[in-house]
Amino acid sequence: MAIATPRVRLPAIAKKGDIIEIKTLISHDMESGQRRDSAGVLVPRKIIKLFEAQFNGRPVFSADWNPSVSANPYQSFFARVEESGTFEFAWTDDDGTVTKATAKITVA
Amino acid sequence: MGDERLISRRQVLVVGGAVVALGQMVGRPARAAAGEAEINRILAGRTAKTTGLTLDVPSIAENGLVVPVNLSVASPMTATDYVRAIHLIAPENPVPLVASFRFTPASGRAATSMRMRLAQTQDIIAIAELSNNDVLIAKAEVKVTIGGCGG
Repeated sequence: MAIATPRVRLPAIAKKGDIIEIKTLISHDMESGQRRDSAGVLVPRKIIKLFEAQFNGRPVFSADWNPSVSANPYQSFFARVEESGTFEFAWTDDDGTVTKATAKITVA
Repeated sequence: MGDERLISRRQVLVVGGAVVALGQMVGRPARAAAGEAEINRILAGRTAKTTGLTLDVPSIAENGLVVPVNLSVASPMTATDYVRAIHLIAPENPVPLVASFRFTPASGRAATSMRMRLAQTQDIIAIAELSNNDVLIAKAEVKVTIGGCGG
Protein backbone atom coordinates (compact mmCIF):
# COMPACT_ATOMS: atom_id res chain seq x y z
CA MET A 1 0.00 0.00 0.00
CA ALA A 2 1.34 3.35 -0.98
CA ILE A 3 1.42 6.17 1.55
CA ALA A 4 -2.12 7.12 2.44
CA THR A 5 -3.13 10.41 0.82
CA PRO A 6 -5.93 12.31 2.53
CA ARG A 7 -8.37 14.63 0.84
CA VAL A 8 -10.51 17.13 2.73
CA ARG A 9 -13.29 19.37 1.47
CA LEU A 10 -14.88 22.22 3.44
CA PRO A 11 -15.91 25.81 2.72
CA ALA A 12 -13.12 28.44 2.74
CA ILE A 13 -15.42 31.12 4.18
CA ALA A 14 -18.30 30.95 6.66
CA LYS A 15 -20.37 33.26 8.86
CA LYS A 16 -19.96 33.20 12.64
CA GLY A 17 -22.09 30.42 14.10
CA ASP A 18 -22.51 28.59 10.79
CA ILE A 19 -22.64 24.80 10.80
CA ILE A 20 -20.45 23.61 7.96
CA GLU A 21 -20.12 20.16 6.42
CA ILE A 22 -16.67 18.59 6.18
CA LYS A 23 -16.00 15.70 3.81
CA THR A 24 -12.87 13.60 4.10
CA LEU A 25 -11.44 10.75 2.08
CA ILE A 26 -8.18 8.82 2.47
CA SER A 27 -6.70 6.16 0.22
CA HIS A 28 -6.13 3.00 2.25
CA ASP A 29 -6.78 -0.72 1.65
CA MET A 30 -8.39 -1.17 5.10
CA GLU A 31 -7.22 -4.80 5.05
CA SER A 32 -9.87 -6.48 7.20
CA GLY A 33 -7.92 -9.54 8.33
CA GLN A 34 -10.74 -11.71 6.90
CA ARG A 35 -9.44 -11.97 3.33
CA ARG A 36 -7.26 -14.78 1.96
CA ASP A 37 -4.65 -14.22 -0.75
CA SER A 38 -4.36 -16.35 -3.92
CA ALA A 39 -2.35 -18.97 -1.94
CA GLY A 40 -5.17 -19.25 0.61
CA VAL A 41 -3.22 -17.50 3.36
CA LEU A 42 -5.10 -15.08 5.59
CA VAL A 43 -3.95 -11.51 4.87
CA PRO A 44 -3.19 -9.83 8.22
CA ARG A 45 -5.39 -7.00 9.40
CA LYS A 46 -4.12 -3.48 8.68
CA ILE A 47 -6.66 -0.71 8.97
CA ILE A 48 -6.94 2.92 10.03
CA LYS A 49 -8.51 2.52 13.46
CA LEU A 50 -9.03 6.15 14.46
CA PHE A 51 -10.01 9.35 12.69
CA GLU A 52 -9.93 12.65 14.60
CA ALA A 53 -10.89 16.21 13.69
CA GLN A 54 -9.98 19.28 15.77
CA PHE A 55 -10.62 22.99 15.25
CA ASN A 56 -8.12 25.42 16.79
CA GLY A 57 -6.97 22.60 19.05
CA ARG A 58 -10.43 21.62 20.30
CA PRO A 59 -12.01 18.24 19.42
CA VAL A 60 -14.91 18.43 16.97
CA PHE A 61 -15.50 14.85 15.87
CA SER A 62 -13.80 11.47 15.96
CA ALA A 63 -14.53 7.97 14.72
CA ASP A 64 -13.31 4.55 15.83
CA TRP A 65 -13.15 2.44 12.70
CA ASN A 66 -13.26 -1.36 12.61
CA PRO A 67 -12.60 -3.83 9.75
CA SER A 68 -16.14 -3.40 8.36
CA VAL A 69 -15.28 0.13 7.20
CA SER A 70 -14.84 0.14 3.40
CA ALA A 71 -11.47 0.60 1.69
CA ASN A 72 -10.50 4.24 0.98
CA PRO A 73 -12.62 5.40 3.92
CA TYR A 74 -14.95 8.34 3.39
CA GLN A 75 -16.10 10.25 6.44
CA SER A 76 -18.33 13.30 6.54
CA PHE A 77 -19.45 15.28 9.58
CA PHE A 78 -20.30 18.83 10.67
CA ALA A 79 -18.70 21.61 12.68
CA ARG A 80 -20.02 24.84 14.17
CA VAL A 81 -17.51 27.65 13.56
CA GLU A 82 -17.42 30.75 15.77
CA GLU A 83 -14.02 32.12 14.67
CA SER A 84 -11.44 31.87 11.91
CA GLY A 85 -8.94 29.10 12.35
CA THR A 86 -7.50 25.79 11.28
CA PHE A 87 -8.99 22.34 11.17
CA GLU A 88 -6.58 19.50 11.87
CA PHE A 89 -7.38 15.99 10.74
CA ALA A 90 -5.51 12.84 11.80
CA TRP A 91 -5.86 9.23 10.66
CA THR A 92 -4.15 6.65 12.92
CA ASP A 93 -3.16 3.31 11.42
CA ASP A 94 -2.96 -0.07 13.24
CA ASP A 95 0.85 0.22 13.01
CA GLY A 96 0.80 3.63 14.73
CA THR A 97 1.39 5.68 11.56
CA VAL A 98 -0.49 8.98 11.76
CA THR A 99 -1.45 10.76 8.54
CA LYS A 100 -2.34 14.43 8.99
CA ALA A 101 -4.08 17.14 7.00
CA THR A 102 -5.07 20.72 7.78
CA ALA A 103 -7.54 23.20 6.31
CA LYS A 104 -8.10 26.88 7.10
CA ILE A 105 -11.44 28.64 7.29
CA THR A 106 -12.16 32.37 7.45
CA VAL A 107 -15.15 33.32 9.59
CA ALA A 108 -16.56 36.78 8.92
CA MET B 1 -0.34 -1.04 21.87
CA GLY B 2 -0.06 -4.31 19.93
CA ASP B 3 -0.17 -6.31 23.15
CA GLU B 4 -3.28 -4.50 24.29
CA ARG B 5 -5.00 -5.49 21.12
CA LEU B 6 -3.98 -9.13 21.49
CA ILE B 7 -5.51 -9.21 24.93
CA SER B 8 -8.69 -7.53 23.86
CA ARG B 9 -8.97 -9.80 20.84
CA ARG B 10 -8.65 -12.81 23.11
CA GLN B 11 -11.29 -11.39 25.41
CA VAL B 12 -13.51 -10.90 22.42
CA LEU B 13 -12.91 -14.52 21.43
CA VAL B 14 -13.76 -15.73 24.93
CA VAL B 15 -16.94 -13.65 25.08
CA GLY B 16 -17.72 -14.64 21.48
CA GLY B 17 -17.31 -18.31 22.39
CA ALA B 18 -19.76 -17.95 25.25
CA VAL B 19 -22.19 -16.15 22.97
CA VAL B 20 -21.83 -18.89 20.33
CA ALA B 21 -22.71 -21.50 22.94
CA LEU B 22 -25.69 -19.42 24.07
CA GLY B 23 -26.74 -18.91 20.47
CA GLN B 24 -26.69 -22.62 19.79
CA MET B 25 -28.80 -23.31 22.87
CA VAL B 26 -31.55 -21.02 21.68
CA GLY B 27 -31.04 -22.00 18.04
CA ARG B 28 -29.79 -18.66 16.71
CA PRO B 29 -26.94 -18.16 14.24
CA ALA B 30 -23.64 -17.60 16.05
CA ARG B 31 -22.76 -14.38 14.23
CA ALA B 32 -26.08 -12.71 14.93
CA ALA B 33 -25.59 -13.61 18.61
CA ALA B 34 -22.19 -11.88 18.57
CA GLY B 35 -23.92 -8.81 17.16
CA GLU B 36 -26.51 -8.99 19.91
CA ALA B 37 -23.74 -9.12 22.53
CA GLU B 38 -22.26 -5.96 20.99
CA ILE B 39 -25.65 -4.21 21.13
CA ASN B 40 -26.14 -5.22 24.78
CA ARG B 41 -22.63 -4.03 25.66
CA ILE B 42 -23.41 -0.56 24.28
CA LEU B 43 -26.90 -0.38 25.83
CA ALA B 44 -25.43 -1.42 29.22
CA GLY B 45 -28.87 -2.17 30.63
CA ARG B 46 -30.49 1.04 29.35
CA THR B 47 -33.75 0.88 27.41
CA ALA B 48 -33.41 2.46 23.99
CA LYS B 49 -36.05 4.69 22.42
CA THR B 50 -36.94 3.72 18.88
CA THR B 51 -37.47 7.29 17.66
CA GLY B 52 -35.10 10.20 17.04
CA LEU B 53 -32.23 8.40 15.31
CA THR B 54 -32.23 8.29 11.52
CA LEU B 55 -30.38 5.39 9.89
CA ASP B 56 -30.35 5.82 6.13
CA VAL B 57 -29.04 2.83 4.14
CA PRO B 58 -29.96 1.43 0.71
CA SER B 59 -32.55 -1.37 0.89
CA ILE B 60 -30.58 -3.27 -1.76
CA ALA B 61 -26.78 -3.17 -2.03
CA GLU B 62 -25.41 -4.79 -5.18
CA ASN B 63 -21.86 -4.58 -3.86
CA GLY B 64 -21.32 -5.42 -0.20
CA LEU B 65 -17.87 -3.87 -0.32
CA VAL B 66 -19.21 -0.31 -0.41
CA VAL B 67 -22.56 0.36 1.24
CA PRO B 68 -23.28 4.04 1.98
CA VAL B 69 -24.61 4.93 5.44
CA ASN B 70 -26.08 8.21 6.69
CA LEU B 71 -26.74 8.68 10.39
CA SER B 72 -28.32 11.63 12.16
CA VAL B 73 -30.05 12.71 15.35
CA ALA B 74 -32.01 15.96 15.66
CA SER B 75 -30.19 17.55 18.60
CA PRO B 76 -29.49 21.17 19.59
CA MET B 77 -25.82 20.15 20.20
CA THR B 78 -25.35 22.56 23.11
CA ALA B 79 -22.94 22.04 26.01
CA THR B 80 -25.76 20.55 28.11
CA ASP B 81 -27.75 18.70 25.44
CA TYR B 82 -25.83 16.89 22.74
CA VAL B 83 -25.22 13.51 21.15
CA ARG B 84 -22.08 11.87 22.53
CA ALA B 85 -21.80 8.98 20.08
CA ILE B 86 -23.50 6.93 17.41
CA HIS B 87 -22.49 3.27 17.05
CA LEU B 88 -23.05 1.31 13.85
CA ILE B 89 -23.47 -2.48 14.03
CA ALA B 90 -23.70 -5.08 11.26
CA PRO B 91 -24.59 -8.17 13.37
CA GLU B 92 -23.84 -10.70 10.58
CA ASN B 93 -20.35 -9.34 9.82
CA PRO B 94 -17.26 -11.16 11.18
CA VAL B 95 -16.63 -8.06 13.35
CA PRO B 96 -20.14 -6.75 14.11
CA LEU B 97 -19.20 -3.25 15.36
CA VAL B 98 -18.55 -1.27 12.17
CA ALA B 99 -17.64 2.05 13.76
CA SER B 100 -18.33 4.43 16.64
CA PHE B 101 -18.74 8.11 15.77
CA ARG B 102 -18.05 10.57 18.59
CA PHE B 103 -19.48 14.08 18.62
CA THR B 104 -18.96 17.21 20.70
CA PRO B 105 -21.12 20.34 21.05
CA ALA B 106 -18.69 21.89 18.50
CA SER B 107 -19.96 19.35 15.95
CA GLY B 108 -23.02 21.59 15.59
CA ARG B 109 -25.01 18.77 14.06
CA ALA B 110 -25.08 15.08 15.04
CA ALA B 111 -24.83 13.68 11.56
CA THR B 112 -22.27 11.62 9.67
CA SER B 113 -21.88 9.69 6.43
CA MET B 114 -19.49 6.85 5.62
CA ARG B 115 -19.29 3.60 3.66
CA MET B 116 -19.27 0.11 5.14
CA ARG B 117 -18.69 -3.49 4.08
CA LEU B 118 -21.48 -6.03 4.51
CA ALA B 119 -20.81 -9.78 4.42
CA GLN B 120 -24.43 -10.67 3.68
CA THR B 121 -28.05 -9.51 3.85
CA GLN B 122 -28.85 -8.36 7.38
CA ASP B 123 -30.56 -5.86 9.69
CA ILE B 124 -28.19 -2.96 10.38
CA ILE B 125 -28.43 -1.45 13.86
CA ALA B 126 -27.49 2.08 14.96
CA ILE B 127 -27.41 3.21 18.59
CA ALA B 128 -27.05 6.85 19.70
CA GLU B 129 -25.88 7.83 23.18
CA LEU B 130 -27.01 11.27 24.36
CA SER B 131 -25.41 13.55 26.95
CA ASN B 132 -28.33 12.93 29.36
CA ASN B 133 -27.59 9.16 29.16
CA ASP B 134 -30.62 8.45 26.95
CA VAL B 135 -30.09 5.91 24.18
CA LEU B 136 -31.81 5.78 20.80
CA ILE B 137 -31.87 2.77 18.48
CA ALA B 138 -32.71 2.35 14.79
CA LYS B 139 -32.78 -0.68 12.52
CA ALA B 140 -32.83 -1.07 8.73
CA GLU B 141 -32.47 -4.10 6.49
CA VAL B 142 -29.94 -4.16 3.64
CA LYS B 143 -30.18 -6.93 1.06
CA VAL B 144 -26.70 -7.73 -0.23
CA THR B 145 -26.18 -9.29 -3.67
CA ILE B 146 -22.38 -9.78 -3.45
CA GLY B 147 -20.84 -10.05 0.01
CA GLY B 148 -17.98 -7.78 0.97
CA CYS B 149 -15.79 -9.54 3.53
CA GLY B 150 -13.46 -11.49 1.30
CA GLY B 151 -15.50 -14.73 1.65
